[in-house]
Amino acid sequence: MATETTAAEGSSLVFHPMDQFIVKPLFGDGAVGMFTITNVTLWLFFAIAAVVLLLVLPTSKRAIVPTRMQSVAELTYGFVYKMLEDICGKEGVKFFPYVMTLFMFIVCANFLGLIPTSFTTTSHFAVTIPLALAVFLTVTVLGFVKNGAAFLGLFWVSSAPLALRPILAIIELISYFVRPVSHSIRLAGNVMAGHAVIKVFAGFAAVAVISPVSVLAITAMYGLEVLVAFIQAYVFTILTCVYLKDALHPSH
Amino acid sequence: MATEPLTKEVAGSCVDSYGSAIGMPQLCFDWFPNQIFWLVITLVVIFLVLSRVALPRIAAILAERQGTITNDLAAAEDLKAKAVEAEEAYNKALADARSEAQRIAAEARAEIQSGLDDAIAKADAEIAAKAAESEKAIAEIRAGALESIQVVAKDTAAELVTALGGEADAKAIDSAIDAQTKG
Repeated sequence: MATETTAAEGSSLVFHPMDQFIVKPLFGDGAVGMFTITNVTLWLFFAIAAVVLLLVLPTSKRAIVPTRMQSVAELTYGFVYKMLEDICGKEGVKFFPYVMTLFMFIVCANFLGLIPTSFTTTSHFAVTIPLALAVFLTVTVLGFVKNGAAFLGLFWVSSAPLALRPILAIIELISYFVRPVSHSIRLAGNVMAGHAVIKVFAGFAAVAVISPVSVLAITAMYGLEVLVAFIQAYVFTILTCVYLKDALHPSH
Repeated sequence: MATEPLTKEVAGSCVDSYGSAIGMPQLCFDWFPNQIFWLVITLVVIFLVLSRVALPRIAAILAERQGTITNDLAAAEDLKAKAVEAEEAYNKALADARSEAQRIAAEARAEIQSGLDDAIAKADAEIAAKAAESEKAIAEIRAGALESIQVVAKDTAAELVTALGGEADAKAIDSAIDAQTKG
């Protein structure tokens, strides 16, 4: 979260709640180019490490009676698999590695972001927008490839009265194109807001009288953020499943 | 960490000279290529790790466990059937033994009965033989007695005749006595 503790210049309270989101090079002080190794790189790679630690290493023994960590890996697998199968049916199962990648990346990045002084990659639109766009493009391309023009039936609500259908079609079309926006901003917005609020409370802790309240508030917010970290990953994944279902079965 | 002022070139357009963010760092498009580049690499790596290693492995583990459970259940079912079979065999053996015992008891009873019958028959025969012997003896005695009676009667008759002053005709007396005693 907080990479900087520049609390006060002089005596007055100074808040820099957004400073924790600054991207900077890990080595040297140069500008941030496309291939510069930055704190983003570091924490994204930590996410990879977390995925490996969670899903690959504990399952290496392939025990019939699982250890605790192997159980966690199996439960995570089952959780996402069941979510995908329940929503998309058997056809959706072939997208399981893709959906699992999204879920594992987001959940690991979110929880890594909760480590104090870490950098939260999923609080950046630059991270969540490509994720959401990838889902949007996958769903759109898949929908047309699988169903052809029939995919447009998604916008034509055949159960509504005929007169209403063109209006509904416009609404459906708009809502379809708003999907990637809401999909990405929901995740980044939730994560960013929580972290910024914690930082603001931390700024208040510089005043001795308020600091106990401030510490309590940070604790409470942190608990909430733990929930948000998981729930947002879950929401992102389940929405991906729902969108995939639209591509596989476009009829309402 | 930036405590001393940075040069404009290093800080870029999103960070002020004290290293603080200007506005939202999320909207700093200078950093977008960097973030997107590393994100894509991260996602590809995670995808490969998951689809090549982790997911097939976990799927195999789950399938294997399911198989083991199914096998164990089948084995348990088998053993249960065997137990039922063994119990049936035991019951059958028990019933067989019981009927065998009954048969042996009946046989023994029949044997004893036949022995008893034999003994009774033998005893009856012996008794009959003894009775016949006795009867014979009695008949002999009776015959003996009759003969003696005839002798005594002839003698007595002869004596009587003589005593009465007659001439004792032995032949006549004998025939008279025989006629009398025959009836």
